[in-house]
Parts: sequence; structure tokens; C-alpha cells
Amino acid sequence: MHSVTPVRTYVLIWVVLTIMTFVTYGVAQIDLGPFNIVIALAIAAFKMTLVIWFFMHVRTDSPLTKLFVFAGFFWMAILFVFTLGDYVSRAWMPGGKFW
Amino acid sequence: MADTHAVATGHSTDHSPHLRHHFDDMDQQFDSATFGMWVFLLTEIMFFGGMFGAYTVYRNMYPEAFASTSAYMNPLYGALNTAVLIVSSLSMALAVRAAHLGQQKALQICLLITMFFGICFLVIKGFEYHEHWVDMKVPLFGGHWNYSEAPQFAHQAQILFCFYFFMTGFHAVHMLVGLGIMTTIFMMARKGTFSPTYYTPVEVSGLYWHFVDIVWIFLFPLLYLIGHTRHLV
Amino acid sequence: MSTVLQDPQTTETPNYLNAEYGWKSWLLTTDHKRIALLYLISISVMFALGGVFAMLIRVELLTPEGDLVNSDTYNKLFTMHGVVMVFFFLVPSIPATLGNFLIPMMIGAKDLAFPRINLLSWYIYVAGALFAIAAIVMGGVDTGWTFYTPFSSTYSNTFVITAAVGVFISGFSSITTGLNFIVTIHKMRAPGMTWGRLPLFVWANYATSLIQVLGTPVVAITLALLALERGFHIGIFDPAIGGDPILFQHMFWFYSHPAVYIMILPGMGVISEVVPCFSRKGIFGYSFIAASSLGIAIVGFLVWGHHLFVTGMSMYAGLYFSLLSMLVAVPSAIKVFNWTATMYRGSISYATPMLYAFGFIGLFTIGGLTGLFLATLGVDVHLTDTYFVIAHFHYVMVGGMVVAYLGGLHFWWPKITGRMYPEGWGKFSALLVFVGFNVTFFPQFITGYLGQPRRYHAYAPEFQVLNVMSTAGASILALGYIIPLIYFIWSLRYGKPAGNNPWGATGLEWTTQSPPTTFNFDVTPIVTEEAYAYAKHEEAHVG
Repeated sequence: MHSVTPVRTYVLIWVVLTIMTFVTYGVAQIDLGPFNIVIALAIAAFKMTLVIWFFMHVRTDSPLTKLFVFAGFFWMAILFVFTLGDYVSRAWMPGGKFW
Repeated sequence: MADTHAVATGHSTDHSPHLRHHFDDMDQQFDSATFGMWVFLLTEIMFFGGMFGAYTVYRNMYPEAFASTSAYMNPLYGALNTAVLIVSSLSMALAVRAAHLGQQKALQICLLITMFFGICFLVIKGFEYHEHWVDMKVPLFGGHWNYSEAPQFAHQAQILFCFYFFMTGFHAVHMLVGLGIMTTIFMMARKGTFSPTYYTPVEVSGLYWHFVDIVWIFLFPLLYLIGHTRHLV
Repeated sequence: MSTVLQDPQTTETPNYLNAEYGWKSWLLTTDHKRIALLYLISISVMFALGGVFAMLIRVELLTPEGDLVNSDTYNKLFTMHGVVMVFFFLVPSIPATLGNFLIPMMIGAKDLAFPRINLLSWYIYVAGALFAIAAIVMGGVDTGWTFYTPFSSTYSNTFVITAAVGVFISGFSSITTGLNFIVTIHKMRAPGMTWGRLPLFVWANYATSLIQVLGTPVVAITLALLALERGFHIGIFDPAIGGDPILFQHMFWFYSHPAVYIMILPGMGVISEVVPCFSRKGIFGYSFIAASSLGIAIVGFLVWGHHLFVTGMSMYAGLYFSLLSMLVAVPSAIKVFNWTATMYRGSISYATPMLYAFGFIGLFTIGGLTGLFLATLGVDVHLTDTYFVIAHFHYVMVGGMVVAYLGGLHFWWPKITGRMYPEGWGKFSALLVFVGFNVTFFPQFITGYLGQPRRYHAYAPEFQVLNVMSTAGASILALGYIIPLIYFIWSLRYGKPAGNNPWGATGLEWTTQSPPTTFNFDVTPIVTEEAYAYAKHEEAHVG
């Protein structure tokens, strides 16, 4: 059914994930202004991708599974973009600096 | 539709006692179960997604108030718990691998390690909750709440703490459910239920466990690392 | 119902109804067909309950004064009518009954992919319904079915948490049903049943399931936050401490707008089955109808903000939500055009299911087009919270969904029970439903446009004539629902035996015996032709 992933790969992924956790923690100690959160979320997204791709075997799964995983995040993005679109643009007024 | 011909169903070729009557063969059953779990995880993504969305809205609205709460969040706990969950995820992945290869002993050991680190996570979380209680930072249960250190943020920080407790709380509930599932899987493994042709429950619960891990991977930076630097510098 | 079905006359051939006897064989069944019947009974009970509230509302509105009930009671009446009808009837209606019964049969499977989860979903539904009924019995809820904060979280003195928990729980029944359908349709199709050959009812339910799976969790977490806020007296949506009530509306409608497509899409699926059968023609534009179901499911997630036009939402958000709302008209219109094109030059027969299909197409078109009024920013400011909204919503939900549900029940009743319903009474009550419905709700377009606000137990005297019409129509409509209930039960014992395929319809479900055996097919069927190959079958008859 599924191809067997070698233990080596799993351990390697685990090492990368752990290092990334330390990196997140370390970067948070440096003040980068708005980039702190950007980097933190980028690292989280990277870690998530590793877990999904290797630990959850999406790498070897059917295109259907890949499509559904993508759909989950796509729909979450719809919720975020359209809701935040309201909040971000509430202060905009015609003739204001964004118009 | 007149063209219904007989076709040999899978029953005659596959005698696994774990094959449910309405599936043709074990492959179809395995595919359906894992795909079903993925569809379920889709709903979980949206469930937590709703909370993350609401959190993001408020964080955008009140950045200073949210940053002020980091004085009461200990990122070391968060980082430690992240590491703990990642170990449990590794052992879970190895458990699935062992089940797939029919390594009964390795399967049981890996499951035990997974459960051990899962419990470690909850214990650490419990200590944290206790500290928040001592700090008077629990706006639940009739308002165990005192924010006199930064009174201008007292209201808005309360929202952050509500989200903190709901998000970590729902996550902890998922951990508890996961531990329950792992216990069941472990009992089944001890009885020798699983084999290279039938390890669907291990695979499917593994997916769930990894998902709960992923939720935490995001909770950690979002809740513990907000404007943390401002209080260090 | 089960006791009637055990009548020896109906048990000549082994089928799913006489396979086992006793209440245990029903309450512990994993047969998708028996679970469909369990759902049928329970949603009918909830429908009757919601209908009683509706009648009380209409009777109160006979006179302009608030004389039958006081305003608090009236608030509870329309709230409980909405909660019961939306969450406990419309959302599960076609998927959980007809969908549950037919989808495995239509794709040539023995059962759904997860039969035990299917049974579990029914128990979850019942648990949720019990919470809702408990809230009603204890004294009701008065927030409106939308549970808007901060009224629901802070000020209302009614059983909001109990009702919210009921809706929360029943959401998981909806999710598990959707999950089951998605996996079944992907993994359990018979050989030859390609995506291009799937009956459109299956396509419609697939699109519905996607919405159930992707949308319901968000309303679950929203109601959970509401219940926690109310229970713990904390403020997540409370403006007093900086919370934003509009955020609740965003999250609520992120599910609840797509939810109206959960309610209408399966109805469209039913119509796509009925129209070709009684026109004796293949469906016109198969792939367009299939794709438009998915289109509605996806675009339906991008439009929820049109419920928030007058709340203080950003005007720019209003702009894009308004534009996107217009887009939903495209896939909906595709369906309507294709159904009418299917009928064009067909040999149409006027059996009861087809009468309901006619009703659906007309009423849904009116409901859909008035939706465009409401999606238009400027017009909506005038029409928000008037009876125009009520009329629009009921044209889609009752004129569309309930009519399609009744049509589907009549169409597949012979398959479900092995008995025919009385055709004359069927036609008569289909007519009653159509007339009663229009008399009830068309006047509300007018009163709404003239400015009668919704959710008040008293109104200006000049609206009385139209409101009396509305109440009279509601009585006719109620009769149109009661008659089928009576003759359906009557037909279980006295109906003519139906035979396997009384309509001469295509589709795998009609190749099995009526009622089907427990595992549907003795041998797994192989599909070698497109869906709705009526032309081919007609030629065979003539030749």
C-alpha cells in the first residue's frame, strides 16, 4: 500500500523541526519590528509543511489527498482574507491616504 | 440501465477478518479510512481556523495590549512543549512505520513513548495554567483577573487571555482525546490486532496526532512570542 | 412506522425492511437505508414542531395589535421557528434522508464508506435536537436564530447556551454525514461509474458535503465562543471591553450563508433527476449542471458579508461582498436554463414529482432573483430587516428546498417502501402547496418593500390585508403538508405495489428491487452508459 520511509528520514526531519523550534525562540529575542511575527509564522509554516509532507505521508499520498490538504488551507485563507479585508479597510475613507 | 453484469466482488479474493462487508478489498478500506481522516482534519483546520481568525482580528486591533501580555507568558515553557510534542510526533511516525512492517514490539514501545510525551505536554501545560492562576491572569470562572500592572490594557488584554485559554484549552482537549485513542491503539497492538495488511487504525490515529502537533506549532509563536523583545530590551 | 412495515403483505421478498425485526434492529442498524428512515422520522417531527411555531406567528400577525402573545413570547416564537427549521430540518433534510438512502445505490455501492459513523451521526442529531427541545421546554430562546451578540451573550435572559449547545452538537451530525458522502463518492463507485456518469443528485450532494465539512466547524467554534462568553461572563464579542460584535456576525455567516447552499443544492439535485425522467429526455448540459453545483459551493463561501451591509462593516468590504454575491446568480441561472432546456420538446408527463419540479423552478427563480435585490448595496439598506428578506428567504428555502424535498420523496417513495402513493391526492396536495405557499409569501414581498419590519408582533394597520392573506395562505400550505403525511403513512399498507421501476427511470437505484435488499445489489453492477440515457431507452421501446 504505502512505501516504507526509512527511520533515517524521520529522525532527520525531527532534528530539523527541533532546530527550527530553537531558531524561533532565538529570533524572538531580537527586535526586528514587524518582521518578528513574519519570521515566526514562516518558520511555523515550514515546520507544518515538514510534518504534513513526511510524518503524515502526504509526500506518497494520492493527488486527491494533496488536493484536500490544500483545500483546507485555501478555505482558511478565504476566512482570513475576507474577514480581515473588512477590518483593514474600515478606517479608509474616500479622499484619505489609501484612496 | 440494463447493462448490469456480474463481477466478482473482492470477498472471494481477500479473507482478512478485518475487511468490512461493504468494501471490495483491504486497499479500498485503507484508502477510505485514511481519506476519511483527512476530510475530518479538514474540519479541524476550519475549527481551529475560526479561532485563529478571531485572534488575528483582535491582535490587529489591539497590538499594544496583546504585546503587554507577553510579560506573563513564559516562552521557555512554550518552546519546551513544542519540543516535547515534536518528539511525540517522531515516535508516532515510527509507530506507524513499525505497524506497517509488522514489528509488534517496536510498535508498542513507540506508542508508549508517544503517550509519555503527550502526558509530559499536559503536565507542563498544567504548571503553566497554575502560574497564570497565581498571577491572577484567568478571566474565566467569575474573573480571577488583575491587570493593575498595565491598567490601560486591562480590558483588551483580557480578550487575549480568553483566547489563550480557549485555544490552548481546545488544543489540550484534543490532546486528551488523542491520548484516549493511543490507549485504545496500544491495547489493540498488545492483542496483536495489527499486521502489515491491517494497520489502518494506527495510520489514521497517527494522522490525528500529527495534526494536533501542528496546531501547537502555530500556537507557540502566536501566543508566546508576541512582542516579547520589548520586555527584554 | 416499523410496525406497519412488518405487515406480512409487504414481506413477500426479502428486503431491507423485513431483514430484521424489533426496535433494536432499527436503533442499532448500520444499513444506510434504515438510517435514512430514522432521519426521515426525526426530521419530520422537527418540521412539525417548527411548523407549529410558524402557525402561531401567522395567527398573531392576523391583527395589527399584539394581542395573541406578548412581544417576549413572539421573540421566542420566531427564534425557535428559525432554529428548529434551519438547523434541525433544512440542513439535514435531503442529504440525511434521500441522500443517505440513494447515494450508495446511485453509485453502485453496498453502503456508505463508514456505516457506523452514519448511525452515530443520527444519534448526534438526536442529541442536538434534544438540547434544542430542552431549551424550548424550559422557556425558549429569544435571540433570533442568528444568536447575534452582545444580546445573546450578555442581555438575553433566555436559554441561549442550551440552544447553542444543541446547534453545536447537531453540527457534528452534519459534518459526519458530509464526510461520509465525500469518502463514499470518491472511493466506493462501481466499475464504470466515472465522474462524468455520476447522477446529478450525487454531484449536488457532493458539493453540499464540501460545504458541510468546510463551513460547519466555523459555526461550531463561533457558538462555542458565544456559549463560553455567556457562561463565564467574559467578553470576546462584548464591546464593553473592546470586543467586536461584528466579528461574531462574520464568523456566524461564514458558515450560515454557505449553509443556505447546503439547504438548496440537494434540492437542485432532486430536480435534476426528476425533470429528465418526466420529460423522457437526457439532461441538457450535464457537465454544466455538475460544475455549477461545485461553483455554487465555492462562490457561496465568498459572499457572506452581504448579511452585514448595514452593521458598520467597511464599505469596501461591502463592495466586494456585493459584487461576489451577484456571481452566485451565474451557476444558479445555468441550472434553471438547463432544466428548462431539458423540458423543451420533451414528452412531459404531469406526475406529482414533476409538479413539484415545476413549482421548484418557478419559485426558486423568484427567490434567487429577489436575492439580487438584497445583494445590491443601496437597495439592501432599504430592505434590510423587512419582510422582503423573509419572503426572499422563504421562496428559496420553502418554495425551493421543501418543495424539492417533497418532490423527491414522491419520486423515490416507491423505491423506499415498494408502494405507490395515491397519485390523485399527490397532485392535489402539490397544487395546495404551490398555491398556499405563494399566497403566504408573495404578500410579504409587498409589505416588506413598503417597510414592514421583521421580528415585531405588532405592525401598522395598513399592512393588515396583506398579512391576513399571508396567514390564510399559511393555513392552505399546512394542509398541503398534512395530506401527504397522511397518504404516505396510508400507502405503507394500502398503496399499490410499485414494481422495481414505476417511472421508467434510468439510474442504478431503479435497477434494484423495491424495496431494495440490505446490500442493495446482489452483484456489483458495471456501468456502461451515461446518466439519463432516456433517448436510448425510448428508442429501444419504439423499436
